[in-house]
Amino acid sequence: MQRLPKIMLAAASLWLTAGAAQAEIKLGSVLSVTGPASFLGDPEKRTLEIYVAELNAKGGINGQQIKLFVYDDGGDANKAKTFATRLAEEDKVDAMVGGSTTGTTMAMIPVFEDAGIPFISLAGAVQVVKPVKKWVFKTPHTDTMACEKIFEDLKKRNLTKIGMISGTDAFGKSMRDQCMTVTSKYGIEVLHEESYGPRDSDMTPQLTNIKNKAGIQAVINPGFGQGPAIVTRNYRQLGITVPLYQSHGVGSKQFIDLAGTAADGVRLPAAALLVADKLPDSDPQKKVVVDYKKTYEQKTGQPVSTFGGHMYDGLMILVEAMKRAKSADKAKVRDEIEKTRNFMGTAGVVNMSATDHLGLDLTAFRMLEIKNGDWSLVQ
Amino acid sequence: MRRFAASPYGVVVLIAVLVAALPAVLPTTFYVRIAALVFIFALAVVGLNLLMGFAGQVSLGHAGFFGIGAYAVAIGPTHLGIPSWAAFVIGVALAALIAFLVGRPILRLKGHYLAVATLGLGILIAMVMTNEAAWTGGPDGMPVPRLELFGWRVRGPVTWYWVSGITLVIGAWIAANLIASPTGRAFRAIHDSETAARVLGVDVARYKLLAFVLSAAYAAVAGAYLALFDGLVTPDSAGFLRSIEFVTMAVLGGLGSIFGSVVGAMILTVLPQVLTVFHDYEHIALGAIMIVFMIFLRAGIVPSLLTFLRRSS
Amino acid sequence: MAEFLQFAFSGLTVGAIYALVALGFTLIYNASDVINFAQGEFVMLGGMVTVFAVAAGVPLPLAALLAVAVAVAVGVTLHRLAIEPARGASAVTLIIITIGASILLRGVAAVVFDKGFHSLPAFAGSEPWQIGGAAVLPQSLIVLVGAGAIVAMLWVFLTGTMLGKALIATSANRLAARLVGINTGAIVGLSFAVSAAIGAIGGILMTPITLTSYDVGTLLALKGFAAAMLGGMGNPIGAVLGGLLVGLLESFGAGYLSSQYKDAIAFLVILAVLFVMPHGLVGRAGVERV
Repeated sequence: MQRLPKIMLAAASLWLTAGAAQAEIKLGSVLSVTGPASFLGDPEKRTLEIYVAELNAKGGINGQQIKLFVYDDGGDANKAKTFATRLAEEDKVDAMVGGSTTGTTMAMIPVFEDAGIPFISLAGAVQVVKPVKKWVFKTPHTDTMACEKIFEDLKKRNLTKIGMISGTDAFGKSMRDQCMTVTSKYGIEVLHEESYGPRDSDMTPQLTNIKNKAGIQAVINPGFGQGPAIVTRNYRQLGITVPLYQSHGVGSKQFIDLAGTAADGVRLPAAALLVADKLPDSDPQKKVVVDYKKTYEQKTGQPVSTFGGHMYDGLMILVEAMKRAKSADKAKVRDEIEKTRNFMGTAGVVNMSATDHLGLDLTAFRMLEIKNGDWSLVQ
Repeated sequence: MRRFAASPYGVVVLIAVLVAALPAVLPTTFYVRIAALVFIFALAVVGLNLLMGFAGQVSLGHAGFFGIGAYAVAIGPTHLGIPSWAAFVIGVALAALIAFLVGRPILRLKGHYLAVATLGLGILIAMVMTNEAAWTGGPDGMPVPRLELFGWRVRGPVTWYWVSGITLVIGAWIAANLIASPTGRAFRAIHDSETAARVLGVDVARYKLLAFVLSAAYAAVAGAYLALFDGLVTPDSAGFLRSIEFVTMAVLGGLGSIFGSVVGAMILTVLPQVLTVFHDYEHIALGAIMIVFMIFLRAGIVPSLLTFLRRSS
Repeated sequence: MAEFLQFAFSGLTVGAIYALVALGFTLIYNASDVINFAQGEFVMLGGMVTVFAVAAGVPLPLAALLAVAVAVAVGVTLHRLAIEPARGASAVTLIIITIGASILLRGVAAVVFDKGFHSLPAFAGSEPWQIGGAAVLPQSLIVLVGAGAIVAMLWVFLTGTMLGKALIATSANRLAARLVGINTGAIVGLSFAVSAAIGAIGGILMTPITLTSYDVGTLLALKGFAAAMLGGMGNPIGAVLGGLLVGLLESFGAGYLSSQYKDAIAFLVILAVLFVMPHGLVGRAGVERV
């Protein structure tokens, strides 16, 4: 029994990675590759690995190769914090891109703030960058922006009385709450609300209640994963005719495959990535999104998703900042990230500042409608 | 040495030595954090072991009590203006009270029926934490204010290493005392055969309830520690998977062995860090290791190894 | 009335799946006292193998057959490599082994297939039928009929064949079964094979409605276990009853009370039932041997 510390030490040395001496940039990432948020983490991880390999093949950044440290937190905030500590203390990374969910991101923020390591998060919620934290940035649109985009469209169509059915997962709940804060701004009235669990397989009871509520002119479904596809199918099954809006949680073509013909007529706010091929050639975003889509779909054989796009944006913002800083010095890179101007990413144009660590505006979102099994832009 | 390690008090000394000596070989604060996590989980598992290993009652809902402790130190200071230490005490008391109230009816159930009832209890608790977002922050969780005691801000891995390590020693000591007492004998009698224990005049319901309430309190203390240590709490801390994790730790380390609880907590906390070398094959390796361990060390790691040592000498 | 029917069909469809999972739990439990928490993974395998075989160009019926075969092979292997070597270990040790197996199978599925969600085309079209004002998918009826057929076939197998009777004898008294010449080890293996097949068929039937992914098994195992206990562990009729009841509780809970707390409603009812009937709805009290 007295040998226990030795055994532990031996086990510990197993995961001590051999510290490479010569100059290389160490890039860390903690993603929810498995678990309930694997919908986000999986494409994020694939994107990261594809583009880091590509960057290295082209000679790296500032002549230095990138060494990648990727860990899977399974969506658990406590695990995320442990891996964040590992990145900061053991792997001694120069920068961090990751944090698939708001929960894991919030758990990791103190670690990177304390260690002074630039941290670009891929989480949706606004509290990641509000109040502004010195070392923390994020790339995806906030849920509020998605709601405002939907409400704008509703107003244009003169629909003000809505029903809402949201997932009780982190994404659905957060977006639902954000939507509630801006209803009055757009004169929207929520007549009826329902919810469903993250792994539920049938939402007809909830939708029956919405159907039976008189006066509802449109229905919004904040949610991600398989939920929106099942809601959409059940919606058609019950023959509900008022317009259905999905959210930006529906981030890939997979939704249309899963929902089938039921998806026709569904509208949703989304990044230009989903309609890359349909953008007019004059659109300044076209080149970026078409290139990313082509690369991702070629390398993985899977349909591109906006979640992977968030990783692409985060990685490229970081790479650009490192190039401008001409080093991987943490403080300099942080300052350069903050100075990001007119960066064209998959989510839109990014203009960061000392008071805005997101730097996207509403124009980044497009309103899409599904027609004949494909996306189309709503003019 | 063997007899020493097998006796309950010897185990307490062993854990104390481990806690005192370990910092000398931990190279960075990352390792210190891992060690602190091991102690925190071990505390919950020692409590669960009192219930499962000694009194022979299954619980698949212990993360619920863990979550109550965790959310108490989050909600108390944030929403109710209660200082953290008081919220901590209230949280542990609340977990014990809930265990006391539901314990009587639930513990009348046996075996797998008890398992499903505790499972349901845990899920109910986790569901409240997910849904009552105004209080709990919903699925994204909520920040936990730092613990402050007489102006001392309890924070950082090193501080929490000592706080959780010392608490684990105390927790193990209380458990060892209990096992050596008539209460412990009553637990074991119930474990072997409830009917026989009843015939011998043991108040079975009372002792089962005692074990249940105690184990709930252990879990709540551990939950509060984890929340204060991480500075954030999410409903995962009360979830079904965490309950399963606790049971796995207890069984893997060895039911009925206090040191086994520490070993079980250590393995399931350290293993995921080691298995990252397998990348996508991480879960395959974890599942395979669990199966192999349970086939070859079926009484749990510590009891099986002790038996092996005894036989070989 | 229309909404009542709508809720009822929804609950029965979901409940039929739970019932099949609960039935799988029951069969293995009867033969071996093992609570197999990898039962949900059989359902996952049924759905995922079919989806990927169809995507590779295999016709649906053949793909479904292949999926059942894969699940049975996995079930038998699980018994051979993980359960059989641990024979005589305590119940809780065996449970941890099956939990380990479920983690392992999920890990393999994530690597072999992928982590996305998948669907199958409905077997008989996706236009809903109007029944008493409720819109019902033909696939729902296929799930119900399919589950009913499985239960009927199982009943015939258990009461009408020598092999089935050997299974019943083994669950009644293992030692006595061995004394009359039944190879109880093989019977336990058989129970794993049959449970795997039932799970896989459930997975194939449900995928057009509920979708599938590498990790659908966890929640199904949890619900199926609860259903089996609600009905009374070890009783196939109880398993079916428990499964349907849990499904109905969820859909009526969501429809009439609160969709946020519908799972809570199901578990509250289970708790209440167990307080009154500590051995489930149709379970019998066992006598503790001293």
